[in-house]
Amino acid sequence: MKTETKAKSDLYWRANLRLLAILLSIWFLVSFGFGIFWRDFFDQWSIGGAPLGFWFAQQGSIYVFVVLIFAYSFLMNRLEKHFALDAEPEQ
Amino acid sequence: MNDIQIWTWSFVILSFSLYIGIAIWARASTTGEFYVAGQGIPPLLNGMATAADWMSAASFISMAGIIAFVGYDGSVYLMGWTGGYVLLALLLAPYLRKFGKFTVPDFIGDRYYSNLARVVAVICAIFISFTYIAGQMRGVGIVFSRFLEIDVELGVMIGMLIVFFYAVLGGMKGITYTQIAQFCVLIFAYLVPAIFISLMVTNTPIPQLGLIGNTGGEPLLTKLDGLTRELGFTPYLAGKKSMIDMTAITLALMVGTAGLPHVIIRFFTVPKVSDARISAGWALLFIALLYTTAPAVAAFARLNFIESVNGSVYEASDETATPEWFKTWENTGLLSWDDKNNNGKLDYHGGPENEVNVNRDIMVLANPEIANLPPWVVALVAAGGLAAALSTAAGLLLVISSSISHDLAKRVLFKDLSDKNELLIARLAAIAAIAAAGYLGINPPGFVAQVVAFAFGLAAASFFPVIVLGIFTKFANKWGAVIGMLGGIGFTMSYIIWFKFIHPEANLPENWLWGISPEGIGVVGMMINFGLVLVISHLTAPPPPDVIAMIEDVRQPE
Repeated sequence: MKTETKAKSDLYWRANLRLLAILLSIWFLVSFGFGIFWRDFFDQWSIGGAPLGFWFAQQGSIYVFVVLIFAYSFLMNRLEKHFALDAEPEQ
Repeated sequence: MNDIQIWTWSFVILSFSLYIGIAIWARASTTGEFYVAGQGIPPLLNGMATAADWMSAASFISMAGIIAFVGYDGSVYLMGWTGGYVLLALLLAPYLRKFGKFTVPDFIGDRYYSNLARVVAVICAIFISFTYIAGQMRGVGIVFSRFLEIDVELGVMIGMLIVFFYAVLGGMKGITYTQIAQFCVLIFAYLVPAIFISLMVTNTPIPQLGLIGNTGGEPLLTKLDGLTRELGFTPYLAGKKSMIDMTAITLALMVGTAGLPHVIIRFFTVPKVSDARISAGWALLFIALLYTTAPAVAAFARLNFIESVNGSVYEASDETATPEWFKTWENTGLLSWDDKNNNGKLDYHGGPENEVNVNRDIMVLANPEIANLPPWVVALVAAGGLAAALSTAAGLLLVISSSISHDLAKRVLFKDLSDKNELLIARLAAIAAIAAAGYLGINPPGFVAQVVAFAFGLAAASFFPVIVLGIFTKFANKWGAVIGMLGGIGFTMSYIIWFKFIHPEANLPENWLWGISPEGIGVVGMMINFGLVLVISHLTAPPPPDVIAMIEDVRQPE
């Protein structure tokens, strides 16, 4: 029983780390990637009247950050339900 | 007293009575309530409180003005001060909430099973918070003096009195509920003028769309970029900073944000681990309301300013005349004009021939007048600036007071301290901290303004690496943490002191390490901290089994 719980929590932790890696890559890409490193490349397109790279540096990255945290929160709740590690006591 | 002052007094008195009312209603009776509001704050409300806690006088008053004058380079603040919440939500907040104690030094002291690590963390926390709080108290004084024409000193004292009420009586509980009210005041005060100005410049009520919209048939940003180039300023869309420096500053601000103790402890106040995660999302959403509006306000204000000031005739009374608000704000010293070529016109452009000197804060403070808005909107900006400064000051005060009463008194000096006495010490420490912060606000050391920006570098180089390694590795040990924190913060401080105070004349890109300015050097300090923890932990004894068990426990949700 105890080893089963241990194996379960190891799986949970690995799934958590995988999720973190994916979300943090997006975090890095939209800010440092689109807004700084490849800004000039992205500026060849525009969104409304703003060059796209500039827009990511001053607007777009922030919107993506907000979405990332809500996505993380949603996916972690699902992960915890899946591994039955949910914080809510069973009714 | 003019109309604006009557409105301002009404708003200030109204909002302050609200804060005091909340203070009396939300008194803390245990240390749990004083430090973490009894861990009973709903996530959405904690998100609002975090947003107010985080957005300081600098975010409210100065940020849009800075972006207005540096254009693309200002992106470091926008990305840096929001992207940190992703790190906070994913890497720190849920685990620290699970740990379930009161302060950041609590976690570091327990995870690294060492009172030495705890004391080092306390010193870092107090140092970071004091550099930050002096600027807030000064901000309160400045808002009072500019809008109500009373002394900065008296303004600071009024601010101290208000914070005294709700921070000392209510602790975290009182601070949380006042911060929620302060968030509502500050966001309303920021958005109303922004919406009016967006309508005026781009014909759309949503500033975020105005930024990518047109003005007079031409994209706003193209027009602004063209104007700045024509007049010899740094082009709005280009900026001056090197890519490596942009990267370093943005990362230092992000990591620093995630490592600031007054922000971290807000996530100790929610009921559950999952609440800490969603609460970070709400916090960033509320922050993003202001942070995505700021670059729009910046672009509108700069364009407006150039178009209405440059080439206007000071003594004229027709449509070529210098606008009335320019003369009003000249009295405050935030604007000045020196007619170098004696042509009677305000020649505003880049280079030594420029005749108009502008304080960047004017872009937010004078915006309602520039846009010809009614007096109540001008007064609203004053109330918003005060809310932003007071809410941040209160959060910082709590960090200082709990560091002393909980981390030093209870955990290190008098281990059998009763809850009642600990609460008393916490209140006394808060009073002492308010007095010290007020003193620094009235007699600001010349370097306060410069140091505030570096609080982030110091937080990045001290707390962030040891907390992350403490959660995500099991090998990081006591000596690694102590030497890592000291090495990271020691390096960062030396670099800043060297270029800012000892050899300010040498503070040039060619002298910087790898082209990284003192603003961004916290990133290198962070790497040093990470490196030291990794190496030293492998050279010394691993953490004991009960610490390993604690790490495993922190990684599991309840």
